[in-house]
Amino acid sequence: MRIGKSFYISFSLAVGLLILWSWIAVPFNDFKPYSQKIPDTALSFDMVPIPGGVFEMGSTGANEEMPVHKVELSPFWMGTHEITWDIFELFLDKNFELAVSEKPLSPQVDGLSRPSIPYLDMTFGMGKEHMPAIGMTQYGAIQFCKWLYLKTGIFYRLPTEAEWEYAARAGSKTKYFFGDDPSQLDKYAWFAGNSNGTTHPVGKKLPNPLGLYDILGNVMEWTSDQYVENAYQNRKSGISKDPIVPVQSLYPGAIRGGHYKSEPEDLRTAKRFYSKPDWKRIDPQIPKSQWWFPEAPFLGLRVVRPLHPPSQEEIMAYYNKAPIADY
Amino acid sequence: MKNPSNNPRRDFLKTSALVTGGLMIQPFHIPGAYASGSDVIKLAVIGCGGRGTGAVFQAFDTGHNIKLVAMADAFRDRIDKSYEPIFNKYGKDKVDVPEERKFVGFEGYKEAIKLADVVILAAPPGFRPDHFEESVKQGKQIFMEKPVAVDAVGIRRVLAAAEEAKKKKLNVVVGLQRHYQSNYRETIKRIHDGAVGDIIGGQVYWNDGGVWVNARQPGQTEMEYQMRNWYYFNWLCGDHIVEQHVHNLDVANWVKNSYPVKAYGTGGRQVRTGKDHGEIFDHHSVTFTYADGTVIFSECRHFPGATNRVDERFQGTKGNVYLGGGNQGILKAWDGKDIYNHNRENNPNPYQVEHDELFDAIVKGEYRFADAENAAKSTMTAILGRYATYSGKEISWEEALNSNIDLMPERLAWDALPKVLPKEDGYYPYAIPGMTKVI
Repeated sequence: MRIGKSFYISFSLAVGLLILWSWIAVPFNDFKPYSQKIPDTALSFDMVPIPGGVFEMGSTGANEEMPVHKVELSPFWMGTHEITWDIFELFLDKNFELAVSEKPLSPQVDGLSRPSIPYLDMTFGMGKEHMPAIGMTQYGAIQFCKWLYLKTGIFYRLPTEAEWEYAARAGSKTKYFFGDDPSQLDKYAWFAGNSNGTTHPVGKKLPNPLGLYDILGNVMEWTSDQYVENAYQNRKSGISKDPIVPVQSLYPGAIRGGHYKSEPEDLRTAKRFYSKPDWKRIDPQIPKSQWWFPEAPFLGLRVVRPLHPPSQEEIMAYYNKAPIADY
Repeated sequence: MKNPSNNPRRDFLKTSALVTGGLMIQPFHIPGAYASGSDVIKLAVIGCGGRGTGAVFQAFDTGHNIKLVAMADAFRDRIDKSYEPIFNKYGKDKVDVPEERKFVGFEGYKEAIKLADVVILAAPPGFRPDHFEESVKQGKQIFMEKPVAVDAVGIRRVLAAAEEAKKKKLNVVVGLQRHYQSNYRETIKRIHDGAVGDIIGGQVYWNDGGVWVNARQPGQTEMEYQMRNWYYFNWLCGDHIVEQHVHNLDVANWVKNSYPVKAYGTGGRQVRTGKDHGEIFDHHSVTFTYADGTVIFSECRHFPGATNRVDERFQGTKGNVYLGGGNQGILKAWDGKDIYNHNRENNPNPYQVEHDELFDAIVKGEYRFADAENAAKSTMTAILGRYATYSGKEISWEEALNSNIDLMPERLAWDALPKVLPKEDGYYPYAIPGMTKVI
């Protein structure tokens, strides 16, 4: 029996493609929780699937949250926890990453643009191990995602405002994902009522129904979006699909989730926050740092991964936006 | 614990008059009446890195009638990088620095100082004695960055110039900005008023991940390489115990109203050991003893991945103290009750306050600031710490201050050689405790 050479080639090609496919995009039936190892280190972080769907975004609680409107989102994974210093510091300091890694860094990772090492103690005495990384700019948060991409080959990015609210709500239409009663917050969040004025190790409170810990409180989380106060006004009719407000200027950037000093009203899932130039007020250098907000110790990040990643060009366009100078 | 003197606090104030903000207000004469607003205050910046540029912004942001008239830096590109954002933000009414008033190289500062009423001195610390001495000689009002020298030879020059500045009633503000930060001012005022009794011990820390490294570029002379990487060479930086930890040691001196009489310590290079890490250590632990027997423990390190801590703690006979750069200031009685807890929110920006207060004094024709003496002695405290860790020996303040080891190169020029040079393998020699001579 002869097996044609062309069959062999097609077969190998198919197997090859299958392997490649499973590497670059997990097949749909693998849309489940997983742990993302940081290659060549002992560190990892966990991701949970957020199935696509339609939800009602916004609330009647504040002008900038109105009107409540329908948004459809494609499926994505979201980090179960806020990114901690343990991982962020590898990105922050190449020498440290080299020292911790089991192998030399790839040329891409080696050549990556990294934060200026902050002249202040950016933990502000609140601790480092298992603590959320804090005080980074939106640019810094996105460059961290790029570092992750170069390390893992997987497209990680910041959530859009819509993705964040959708995931935080986990199907709820109430103020909080657990209902309207702020007295329940203590079970789920670090906030003004229980934090003692400091960040806490991630994952010590109960998660929301999708498995997201500290999604409210502890630290606020960066989104990919520009903050536009009346952004919802032009989404009044129909269903907005995967809405995003592209970043055009340095301020204000859209932020979500409340933090360790927030009052219950600010922990509502629809509550919107934005970045302020004041957060760099005590930066003594000019130009001011593109990477750090010395007066925003309450701001961190959580990553998402779309189930269907965009093209290589779109990925690089997301990561490679030139930083906007800040004087 | 008894000091030979009955009142060490008063003695201290006598010997270093203006440290604690007990300011003497005396009129002085600057040609032209700034207060009328009709005369422009001419400003020059010496050292045009990020910090020098930031200080120019802060000077302008005081709102007074100020014009930048001269810039000086060893490197042309630093001047250009600094000029552009200053000009873009403040425009030609405030920025009048034509080509002939951009001074490039080692000697240009003298000309730049000549053209100004007020100078900002923000070059690397090793140059500060030269720049400060010249500014005082020329009778200028001065803002200068910390630290103010890198060795005892430089400290003695700064102390002498500080005396001269006092005689000439030149305001000198130094960028030890905790003196201009409200949590430190308010908390330490209460300590000095006796809120926690006598201070009998303390711990001060600057433990963080480290700073930038600039790679060696093809064609650079050794002098240029070291200047571009000034943090890693003692003649320029003084080691991180001097460059950064001086802040915390200065707070200890301020709280104690005194300076240490001796130091004993240990240190070395553990994680920062590359060819691009020059000669400085990455950690120092020093025990400083004060005249009344009080021991202040000091620790500074650049260890990525380790727990950070940049703050100060003190123990008093009646209670304890916590101070931090993030606007913390907490006094607690030993029974745990709060005596004072500084409100962390909405404190004024200390970098701006430095300039607001300096220029306010200048426009009113008042002599209010003589920071240089304390800055020199706090810098000397850090240098004493380095001498102790580098030598491995206990060293007294007097021995340290009288050291004649001068770290500066014999000659400052791009083709001149600094005193510490890379070995054949490309690594720089560094101090070995027990063997290295520091005084």
